[in-house]
Amino acid sequence: MTRTIAQIEEWLESGTRAADPLDHAGELVKAGEEVLENWIVAHGGTPTEETRENFRLLALHRQGARGDPSFNACRETCREIAYHYNLVKLEAAEDRGQDTVAMMRLVTKHLVLFIGGKLKEAGLGDFCCSSRSLRSKPDRKVDYLGV
Amino acid sequence: MTDTIDDRKQRYKKVAYYPGCALEGSAQPYDISTRAVGKHLGLQLEDVKDWNCCGAMEVKNVDPEIQTYLSSRVMSQAKNKNGTDVVMAPCNGCYHNLKKAEYDIANKPKSKETVEKISAKAGHEAYHEGEVETIHALDWIKWGYGEEELRAKIKGGLKGLKVANYYGCMYTRPRHIFPEKGLGGDSESLTKPHYMDDLLAVAGAENVDFPLKTACCGGAHSLSDSDMSTKLVLNILEAAEAAGAEVIATECPTCHSGLEMHQIRALKRLSKDTNVKVVYFTQLLGLAMGMSPRKLGIHANVSKSIPLLKERGIA
Repeated sequence: MTRTIAQIEEWLESGTRAADPLDHAGELVKAGEEVLENWIVAHGGTPTEETRENFRLLALHRQGARGDPSFNACRETCREIAYHYNLVKLEAAEDRGQDTVAMMRLVTKHLVLFIGGKLKEAGLGDFCCSSRSLRSKPDRKVDYLGV
Repeated sequence: MTDTIDDRKQRYKKVAYYPGCALEGSAQPYDISTRAVGKHLGLQLEDVKDWNCCGAMEVKNVDPEIQTYLSSRVMSQAKNKNGTDVVMAPCNGCYHNLKKAEYDIANKPKSKETVEKISAKAGHEAYHEGEVETIHALDWIKWGYGEEELRAKIKGGLKGLKVANYYGCMYTRPRHIFPEKGLGGDSESLTKPHYMDDLLAVAGAENVDFPLKTACCGGAHSLSDSDMSTKLVLNILEAAEAAGAEVIATECPTCHSGLEMHQIRALKRLSKDTNVKVVYFTQLLGLAMGMSPRKLGIHANVSKSIPLLKERGIA
């Protein structure tokens, strides 16, 4: 079952984690997916099961960004999570990865805070980098999450 | 633009300078250090004559056409009053807005019409697409002076100071207004910008791997939902520290003041203390070239970095 954003934030704060870096990295990717699922469901969509570049996280981000340019403000954050997962996987084979997974946790937390923030304040990310005005409608070239 | 490195160097040697409101107010240290570094390097700045607000975030979100006009007037002034074809804006907000206006005038007939109409009413030349090139302070130093030439100017340098480079959100987003970026080769990356990293590496810094270099700091919500901004900024500060950074280098006044203010607020509201210092990249470049902290306005930063810089033998 998908956790709420508050539960994920609480989990990240609690320090509870799998002992093995790669297992923990998997937990963080899963947490990122759940955050995106929360966003998509809140906007009337059904979270995709597809993957992009082997990550469902990236497919979910793409789905979440449809019709809302401001959502692209967390695109690089999602890509960094995927990148860090691959890095941990590589390092785990050499019995390393603790520092990388610690950083991955902070990157995941940023995604949680940003999307959690956007669910409270839709304008987050809107006023700065998306250049979308308050009055403009979502991009008509794309489906608005099936709403 | 298909010009050579030398053509670009020539064009950027003397540019119209658009400080915008932040650099004349809360971000004065950025203005002071930009001018000082430019002078030290022999790069000339001439303020855009009778410049106006770029429309910032507020106007853009209420009426984007008016924002386009306001930014277009700055470019028109540079072209017609300063007689230049390059405008340098060190503020990400100004830089972004001028770029957005350029894109809108070139691609949206309604924007073009509005600009022409209001310009005629205001009694000045309307701006037309492609009349000026808008660049950031990073482009100005990287291409107007050159990395190798900068290396020769370094005196003392940054002595391996560990730096996390924070570019903020507006330097690369949205992608469509920055057609010159993300082209590979020596163009700036849209996903992992590196121009500031490049310049500070030349100056002797050790840039740390920092995955949140373009992450949202909640800047525009600083007043409407300060707690959200504080949490986002705190996470950026903690990530910089986890990456081993002693300093976060900035190239945007909004990012800079957000990091400084919310660092203090995080301690007060969330009892979370972080020690990483926040310094403009122009200040770090100036220090690396042997300029004094006072000449670079470092004493006027809210983030108190001078003790660290002295301890490291940089200031």
